Amino acid sequence: MLEVRDLSKSFGGLRAVAHVGFAVAEGEIAALIGPNGAGKSTLFGLISGFIRPDAGHIRFEGRDITGLPAHRIAALGLVRTFQITQPFAHLTVRENIAVGAHLRLGGRRDALRHAAQVARRVGLDGRLDQPAARLTVAGRKRLELARALATDPRLLLLDEVMAGLNPREIDEIVGMIRAIRDGGVTILLTEHVMRAVMQLSDRTLVLNDGQLIAEGAPRDIAADPRVIEAYLGAGAARAYVGEAAHG
Amino acid sequence: MRGGAGIILVLAVLLPLPWLLHSDFWLNFAIMALYYGFLGQAWNILGGFGGQFSFGHAAFFGTGAYTSAVLQLRLGVDPWLCLALAAVTGGLVGALVGALSFRYGLRGSYFALVTLAFAEVFRILADSAEFTGAGVGLQIPLKQTAANFQFPDKAGFYFVILGLTALGLAIAWWLENSRTGARLMAVRENEDAARALGVDVIRTKLIAITLSGALMGLGGTFYVQYFLYIDPTIAYGPAVSVSALLVPIVGGLGTAFGPLLGAVALQFVNQLAQATMGSAIGLNLVVYGVILVLMIMYMPNGLFGLARVSARRLAGRTG
Amino acid sequence: MNELGILLPAILNGVTTGAVYALVALGLTLIYGVLHIINFAHGSLLMVALYGVYFLYALFGVDPYLAFPIIVPLMFALGYGLQRYVIGKAGHGKDENIMLVTLGLSIIIENLALFFWTSNTRTINTSYGFSTVDFGVAFIAVPKVVAFVGAVIIAGLLWLVMQRTDLGKAIRALAKEPRGAQLVGISAPHVYAMSFGIGVACLGAAACLLLPSYYASPQIGHAFVLIAFTIVVLGGMGSFGGALLGGLIIGVTESLGGLFLGESLGKIGIFLIFIAVLLLRPTGLFGQRA
Repeated sequence: MLEVRDLSKSFGGLRAVAHVGFAVAEGEIAALIGPNGAGKSTLFGLISGFIRPDAGHIRFEGRDITGLPAHRIAALGLVRTFQITQPFAHLTVRENIAVGAHLRLGGRRDALRHAAQVARRVGLDGRLDQPAARLTVAGRKRLELARALATDPRLLLLDEVMAGLNPREIDEIVGMIRAIRDGGVTILLTEHVMRAVMQLSDRTLVLNDGQLIAEGAPRDIAADPRVIEAYLGAGAARAYVGEAAHG
Repeated sequence: MRGGAGIILVLAVLLPLPWLLHSDFWLNFAIMALYYGFLGQAWNILGGFGGQFSFGHAAFFGTGAYTSAVLQLRLGVDPWLCLALAAVTGGLVGALVGALSFRYGLRGSYFALVTLAFAEVFRILADSAEFTGAGVGLQIPLKQTAANFQFPDKAGFYFVILGLTALGLAIAWWLENSRTGARLMAVRENEDAARALGVDVIRTKLIAITLSGALMGLGGTFYVQYFLYIDPTIAYGPAVSVSALLVPIVGGLGTAFGPLLGAVALQFVNQLAQATMGSAIGLNLVVYGVILVLMIMYMPNGLFGLARVSARRLAGRTG
Repeated sequence: MNELGILLPAILNGVTTGAVYALVALGLTLIYGVLHIINFAHGSLLMVALYGVYFLYALFGVDPYLAFPIIVPLMFALGYGLQRYVIGKAGHGKDENIMLVTLGLSIIIENLALFFWTSNTRTINTSYGFSTVDFGVAFIAVPKVVAFVGAVIIAGLLWLVMQRTDLGKAIRALAKEPRGAQLVGISAPHVYAMSFGIGVACLGAAACLLLPSYYASPQIGHAFVLIAFTIVVLGGMGSFGGALLGGLIIGVTESLGGLFLGESLGKIGIFLIFIAVLLLRPTGLFGQRA
């Protein structure tokens, strides 16, 4: 469904993403993890068209989308959410979601109705007529999700959707994401909450210093010495493995 | 769909006004209130609904005004046709300014400044060109027939501006109940989020500024027909730009009735100022300035926002 | 050969006019260029300063060049007060609000001036008002030469303040990272007000240097506001040297424009440049890329 090939981006002298290549298959939930500053958000920006790559290609459903503007990519079915939520503050929850719905629906009534349905799926139906600015963090995260869902996406890019949520809220969102995938949407998410990554992802990709250093099932990734060193520093893998052997 | 009934009601109330008001003074008051309300509604489309604050809306107004005046005087074009043509030229200038500004990503103060610069460029051009009468301006000869878009009875002008007001309200209603309007407001709130949902931000803003420019062009024509005179300062000077933005800010940005409310309120303030301070040049404008500052400080949602809050409190809902 | 004889004086004149424009723009460079306070009242504040210098001369016989110690602190206080108690309060931190508040202030100031002082232009006649300096290619009026020198000095002083003083550091910190600056104890309302005050004080200095070769009238602010913003953006937001250079460029543009297109049409060059800069290179000549 999504194919990234040799993607690179530098900001001034800083190489944010270097020769990254991977694929996401239809119907799977793939997770992108890595320490802070690894380049995850930049990668998301590149894939969704908010940042232009210096080199490389991105193919979505067989079609080359490299360099297309963000709104065109969204219209093709590749939709992202934002790490720092970006609600339409003065619009109501319903009106917020309706903007997403309008990608496929031209009529106002239809869009508003579809918005209410989507809101129900994420549990926001109690707040439909509240201004979005009044939502809590958890509410805003759900709103991000709902708006993206309303566009009827094929591939959903979720950017740290669990950041700032308490354990109960995380469990709820994990359930929602599973349901979304079961409904036919492919998902690529980046996360710091490892518990959620373990529960959700079929495949995990690890980014460090702009480069893809590991790829595989979550369990294997967790034990991969390169991944451990990326998070904990050089030599940590030896110490960890050593401890595991003795303890 | 919301708001439609309210608009019909307001228009119905305004329709018989010339027969209810027996004084020329109040009829003129009503005409001026509706006129400024219309200009404000034009600005409101780009500034209130779209969130792009233009400080140079005179560029569109003046172009419409001069289109009307020049075509009538130099080419003998029918004044009513000029009304339509002024909307076209106003819209074209809007599209031009928008195409340049939005394609280059101008927002916030940069956008305000570039619109100011465009208005000034037009003013200088009008001031220097022969066919616009240069600094002296243009005067439309008096010929008060309806066919000539001049009315011996003020009521004629009242109905024209009422018609334009209806047009403005219809467009505002459309923005509140359509996909284009929803996208425009999304762009106002958060451009990146809108983009991520498939909204073509540049195209949406372009639609808004073209519409806004066309309406200002209509307003310019009305001015020319009502006052029978236009010059570069009236057409492209800061007075029109300021009036156009002051009205919806006072009345309520991004609402259909805000500009009308704001215009009526400001007309009252204007008359009050003239009555108490006489014809002291400048003082009534000082009052406008003070109102603007106070509104931004204490009532950024304008009178309409205040009305909404009060209505909610009356209905007993808290928070 | 003949062309040069007309061009050179025009350019030289443009340079001195440009220095005057730069003087006005220097304060705005600090206010808008550094701190992004969109001050639409800049022109009307200049007008107030001009009237201040005028009345000091007309009523008390104080020579404009000697009025510095009175006008500059007064204008500083005015600027500080306006930012601290009006603009800062009403702005709620949003660009659009600040634009509108300063616009409102400019309307108030201009029309109060119109009411109190009428629309008659006020000029002063100083002993040196008509003396000229011989530059070989042209004679330039003494006040204009003084204004040029004054502009360079003030630009230098501003640069020193920004680079060498604690206040300057605080201003730069606030401009770069408002939250972080406040976290380390910089009082945002106070520093913004100090900057605004300094910017307006520059207008006071500009007025002292301007009046001998210019005039005061309530509408004069209009002409200067747009030109000042043009210079600030052209020079590169926040660069004082850039504002100087930008002022010179604008002055020469106006002068040459007037030469080739006539007095009124000639001014169009300035605004076309402004539009071009805003569209194509909004960081200006010396500004940093955002």
